[in-house]
Amino acid sequence: MSGLSIDKISMRFDLPDGGHVQALKDVSLDLKAGELLSVLGPSGCGKTTLLNIVAGFLAPTEGQIVLNGHKVTGPDAERGMVFQQGALFEWMSVRDNVGFGPSMKGMPAKEKSEIVNHLLDVVGLQDFKEKAVYELSGGMQQRVSLARCLANDPDVILMDEPLGALDALTREKMQSLVLKLWKETGKTIILITHSVEEALLLGERLLVMAPRPGRIHKEYRLPFADLGVGQDLRDVKKHPEFAERREEILGMIWDMEEEIMGRAEEKA
Amino acid sequence: MIPLLVYVVIFVVAFYVVRFIADKTAIQDYTSLKTVTFGDESAVRSNRAASVISIVTIFVIWGAFTGSKLLPGFMHAPGPFIGDTSFTYTAEANGQTDDATVYFRVHEAGESVEPIATEPGDGFAKNDTELVAAWRSKLLRVDKNDDIGKDEGAKVIAINGQPVDAGGSVEVDGGVVTLSDKGTPNFSPHAGWQMEPIWLPSPEGVFLRTIEIASAGFQGFTLWEHLGFSLYRVILGFVCGAIIGIPLGYAMGLSDWFRGWFDPIVEFMRPVPPLALIPLVIIWAGIGETGKIILLFLAALWIMAIAARSGVSGVKISKVHAAYSLGASKAQIMRHVIVPNSLPEIFTGARVAMGVCWGTVVAAELVAAEKGAGKMIVAASKFQNTDIVIMGIILIGIIGFGIDVLMRYAEKVLVPWKGKG
Repeated sequence: MSGLSIDKISMRFDLPDGGHVQALKDVSLDLKAGELLSVLGPSGCGKTTLLNIVAGFLAPTEGQIVLNGHKVTGPDAERGMVFQQGALFEWMSVRDNVGFGPSMKGMPAKEKSEIVNHLLDVVGLQDFKEKAVYELSGGMQQRVSLARCLANDPDVILMDEPLGALDALTREKMQSLVLKLWKETGKTIILITHSVEEALLLGERLLVMAPRPGRIHKEYRLPFADLGVGQDLRDVKKHPEFAERREEILGMIWDMEEEIMGRAEEKA
Repeated sequence: MIPLLVYVVIFVVAFYVVRFIADKTAIQDYTSLKTVTFGDESAVRSNRAASVISIVTIFVIWGAFTGSKLLPGFMHAPGPFIGDTSFTYTAEANGQTDDATVYFRVHEAGESVEPIATEPGDGFAKNDTELVAAWRSKLLRVDKNDDIGKDEGAKVIAINGQPVDAGGSVEVDGGVVTLSDKGTPNFSPHAGWQMEPIWLPSPEGVFLRTIEIASAGFQGFTLWEHLGFSLYRVILGFVCGAIIGIPLGYAMGLSDWFRGWFDPIVEFMRPVPPLALIPLVIIWAGIGETGKIILLFLAALWIMAIAARSGVSGVKISKVHAAYSLGASKAQIMRHVIVPNSLPEIFTGARVAMGVCWGTVVAAELVAAEKGAGKMIVAASKFQNTDIVIMGIILIGIIGFGIDVLMRYAEKVLVPWKGKG
């Protein structure tokens, strides 16, 4: 069976003060190979926890993750991860960062350098390959992160707010790059974001999560990711349905935030 | 007090002079255009002119107050009185008085000179002639050649015609005469403002002594052997401490059992000054090399363990997660992520540890050693060889500074990613 299956995941853990947190409750989802899912939700809705469970960094208390027919028990090269920032190895050059995965596998140098060179071309960093990563701008660093992840040829790419720390202009360029890479490589991607626009632009499917306990609130299937490939994303944003969806989802998240605030006030 | 006053005056005058000159030649860079400089740390740049003048001032004051030959004579602080002088004393005995003259030749310490030739003169009090070295004083039994001595009731009642009682003093040419409690004159030539070489030798005196010790040696070892042995102990002790401390720190950073087991020990030993361990180390291992190496090992161990531990703890979890999802094994993560990520912390720890070791070795040698920089200065102090003591302090300072500079340089070359993560 090809694809990623998130099967009734629950996550509950104890706190030192005797209480407990229900971070996720009965989250189920099936992703076909090559699908791009974006996940939105107010803070505390468990979206990063969910991603960490899929990556294998956390064990769920109930349920399981099944990828291509086998159960996920820990981190593995089949599930690549792109972090917000600070996950590059600053003691390595751009080239060594991109070639990290192949090196760990013991891939022959020639084969590895072909992969690295190809990916540096794809992300447009061929001229920077000998630089140290800390000499690059934030946007360039995230290009290195993407290339490093792709160099390992994972089945699934997990992105934890990869563009969150970038300025608005760089962010738009990077959104186009993510779409382009998705189309060209046909990878399954799960992207977590805080930006409703980004979730709409990039998500073929969009998941809105609700907090306390973290659960799936609503799911959408959207046309914008397909429309956006190779296009100016600003044109996509002019699409009438885009504005409609954006307002709808913003309202939804706004209500959730209001509810959290209300509960906090009750407690106080 | 006087040197301090001179120092403050030079500080203030140099400030205005440099500012006056700098105003006319100032380059207009970005910082020079800042209007808020008081409180803006980045606008406070070390003034190079001040640094140069500061160092020159120290040597000039040192030279001026020690009569250095490197400085022209007019820059010297007034020296001690040297030369011939005399005063008269009036003795009284049995109701009659008589004057006699005392001739003094004040010479430099260590020089052998003849007293001034003189006639005994008339009356019952006879003229005297004496020698005294600069900075010293002389108690003068003026009556020893007089016809009527102190034992027969003679008594000094005036110096240079000024009446004086026991305990009183009179200014005379080139010095002060004080009558002792028993009425004996004591002559102290003026000391001037300069320091006596046994308290503070001149800069060139220290330099010449350095050259002499470098070839001839002191206490059976040349200067280089003394310094070399100290350095050798520091390096050996530090290397031993690092070899044990770094793996210990890694284990504490990676395993809860190791962390729990060693945390109380490390946290207790860290604030214990290594100097406090000297007595115990001497009891257990004696004053030889073994004891020194053990002491320096202990001084470096905790610092290196804590540095390695915080280096491991400081690794961003996203880097480790990234490496795992890129297919790295535990051993590969250790080698390619944890070790390089902890190197900057370890270098910082190594710099601190080397500094502490250098201080500790000198202190340990002060307490007990056969050779070493500390041994050299403590032995020299017992013989009042101030020049060797000062030379030793300067060289210990230079070496300590040199170690720090080398470590910084190594850090820059070997871990250029420090603070860039």
